[in-house]
Amino acid sequence: MKCLRVRYTKLGKVRFVGHRDVARIWERALRKAEIPVLYSQGFSPHPRISFGLALPTGFESEAEYLDIYLDEDFFLKDFNPISINENLSNSLPNGMDVLALGEVETSEDSLQEAVDSCVWQVKIAGVSIEDFEVSREKLISSEIFEIERQRKGKIFIENVRPQVHSITVTGKTAEDFNILTELGTKPRVLRPTDLLRAINPELRTKNVLRKEQIILQEDERFEPLSIRLLPATPVEVLA
Amino acid sequence: MSSLWAELEQFLDEIEKPARYIGGEDGMVEPEHSPEKTSWLLIYPDTYEIGLPNQGLQILYEILNERHDSVAERSYAPWVDMSREMRDRGLPLFSVDTHRSAADFDILAFNLSAELVYTNLLECLDLANVPLYSSNRDSDHPLVIAGGHCTYNPEPFADFIDLAVLGDGEEVVGEISEIFSEWKRNLEPEKNRTQLLEALAELSGVYVPSLYETSFSDGRLVSISPKSKSAAADIVEKRTISDLAEWPYPKNQLVPLTEVVHDRLNVEIFRGCTRGCRFCQAGMITRPVRERPQEQVISMVEKGLKRTGYDEVSLTSLSSADFSGIENVISQVMTQDACSPVSLSLPSLRVDAFTVNTASQMQQARRTGLTFAPEAGTWRLRKVINKLISDEDLFAAVESAYSQGWRRVKLYFLVGLPTETDEDTLGIVNLAKKTLEIGKKYHKNPSVTVSVGGFVPKPDTPFQWFGQNTEEELLRKIYLLRDAAKKVKGLRLKWHDSRATVVEGILSRGDRRLGAVIEKVWKEGGVFQEWSEHFDISIWKNAMEEEGLRIEDFAYRHREETEVLPWDHLSAGLHKDFLWQDWRDALDNLGLEDCRWTPCYDCGACTGYGIEHVVASAVPPAGGSQGTGVLSEHAEINVSIEPANSLKDLQSSGVNE
Repeated sequence: MKCLRVRYTKLGKVRFVGHRDVARIWERALRKAEIPVLYSQGFSPHPRISFGLALPTGFESEAEYLDIYLDEDFFLKDFNPISINENLSNSLPNGMDVLALGEVETSEDSLQEAVDSCVWQVKIAGVSIEDFEVSREKLISSEIFEIERQRKGKIFIENVRPQVHSITVTGKTAEDFNILTELGTKPRVLRPTDLLRAINPELRTKNVLRKEQIILQEDERFEPLSIRLLPATPVEVLA
Repeated sequence: MSSLWAELEQFLDEIEKPARYIGGEDGMVEPEHSPEKTSWLLIYPDTYEIGLPNQGLQILYEILNERHDSVAERSYAPWVDMSREMRDRGLPLFSVDTHRSAADFDILAFNLSAELVYTNLLECLDLANVPLYSSNRDSDHPLVIAGGHCTYNPEPFADFIDLAVLGDGEEVVGEISEIFSEWKRNLEPEKNRTQLLEALAELSGVYVPSLYETSFSDGRLVSISPKSKSAAADIVEKRTISDLAEWPYPKNQLVPLTEVVHDRLNVEIFRGCTRGCRFCQAGMITRPVRERPQEQVISMVEKGLKRTGYDEVSLTSLSSADFSGIENVISQVMTQDACSPVSLSLPSLRVDAFTVNTASQMQQARRTGLTFAPEAGTWRLRKVINKLISDEDLFAAVESAYSQGWRRVKLYFLVGLPTETDEDTLGIVNLAKKTLEIGKKYHKNPSVTVSVGGFVPKPDTPFQWFGQNTEEELLRKIYLLRDAAKKVKGLRLKWHDSRATVVEGILSRGDRRLGAVIEKVWKEGGVFQEWSEHFDISIWKNAMEEEGLRIEDFAYRHREETEVLPWDHLSAGLHKDFLWQDWRDALDNLGLEDCRWTPCYDCGACTGYGIEHVVASAVPPAGGSQGTGVLSEHAEINVSIEPANSLKDLQSSGVNE
């Protein structure tokens, strides 16, 4: 058994499709592209694929990942990454495209365990850049930043400051501006919307886009496919 | 004529299930509109999940988009959170394909397949900013059309539509497009909507309610006839396509991005049914039987699976195991070269060793539930409703299911059938008990789910004269069943809300006076009445009372032979005297065999239109007892193999855990 890891996008209208439905879309796409995925055994067999960190419905992404388990023969006989890439992209709906794929060791951590942080691009309205910069400075210079989070129906106060790796303003228009922020995923994923709402309740997020998922190993940062695909995102590492 | 998407995407992430509103399905068309083309918005007035799989709508969508003179898009009823937000923001009903406003279309065509969606028809018109009443619309408004099984009695919603289409839509949508395009081209300074409607009324299968007048005496309908003999036919006949092979649609079945009911490839293998179950409107109004050629079925399945990526296919019809050569089709589908296992499902009216064995062979990828529908608890009552299944047949089928690994079976019944006694009702629990006893031979804890629906008499059936059981009587029967089922281990009883059955009964055989009632209910917020969380009978009862109408007159009253029925001016091809004779036979406990393989009873469906059954085999399918003419000893049983958790199944039923 071998594992094929795929990086794909979720952009445009398809961002409103939920995580479970994305899984169903992938199951159909793999059958359409005639990729011989391994099936689980038992009364109700299902294809052996596993997804990375769930993306909240409504967020866009240039960095979604999927692991597909395949028979070793497939890699020996038919493995042509270019044609697989093309077949898969043709089998996926508009807005979902394969950016890269590659073989990973089946002994590696699952995607959900491996990823340590995500880089988000967020379009912000409702506050001025100046006001935002003031709040940002305050956040960065403090060691504790507490927000209310819901877990299993209960409300917890949590210090999320250690999860805020960076936050920078990257561009602006007349009505809104963009920021880039890298947020840790452990012990629990910190959503940019939850953080920003706590920074300033007047603030409205318009578009949220996941740019990268990052694995930290010692001092090095890896993209889960270990392939350089897009220009590295400039991030100001604060933590 | 611009897209509303930019406004919609602002707030869709705050809406429940936003994928309902985005379109983007595999198979979707983004048609190019132009003034010369007639633009249709095909609307299913229920949620996206219920409406998207509708095959009728998908067939017309493709046919209209293939034509050079028309385009078609789709819309579904927005859920209550969405409609609230749309009204707050001043956004109209829109298509999911290009997110265009409904009012920009020439024609709004509604698919009406159940009575409880009638208030959603008004909701959609209102959201589209189109006047609710046909009489208040002028030439600048879209034409409002209804199709689907409910149009065999469109009188309750007649005031809201400009026209209804009876029967198969494949041909008539093109004819309507032609006339509409012509009318648009030749516009005179003052556009005349009546002219258009009169031209459309000349088409066979088209009923224009505003060209007919009704009269009432002593609270009863006494006549319904054309206002002018020249402008409309005395009787509007349904449309029937004679050869399904000419219409291999949908060719590109829509594959939604979000889960819907019947989320699988669906291939229609025949249309029509002649089993003659007397409660079943679908079986009566879709006659005669027209089979699709085997080779076409197989090719549609193979192409469809490849294109869609589905791993499940349903061969649809009213009774799929009756298809000539069904065994060959199944084996070809199951042995086709595919890289992953394929499951097949077969909604069917037959239950015998053949069907259950096939079911077990068919479900490679996953096992779904097995549902048997004997419909009535005793053999006597099954003869009354012409569902000719003996107890032994059912037990043989059940034994076959349990022995082949199914631990749970579902049985479906109706209560409130004509001539039903408490012995018949309690017969349901007796059958369930015996089913469990058989199950115990194979499993430690077998289970059986009994689903009970309340019977609603429908137009164009032999039971159209029958007075429906009252709300209280239905409830009494359900309690009778509940008490009898209480101590039975492994028996799960579910029932349909008898209050909803009452409303279905009022609308099913109602007349034009109900338009005002539907409007009142809608105004009181009574939308999505098929959904138990939204259904409220008190709104209906109040509206009836305010209009001075009695539920008894519409639902509970037996009709007389000579009485004018609200659908007498509309014809599904069935002779009224045939239906009356069948009703008398029912009361005499007399069953009637399937006319596909026995001599004609002259019901009128074939002879009236000069068409015939299209059945490849002159003999009944092998392996079963049905069609042999032996009624009492070896008769058929109903089976349908459906996904275990149909969304529709779960709503509006009370569950006795």
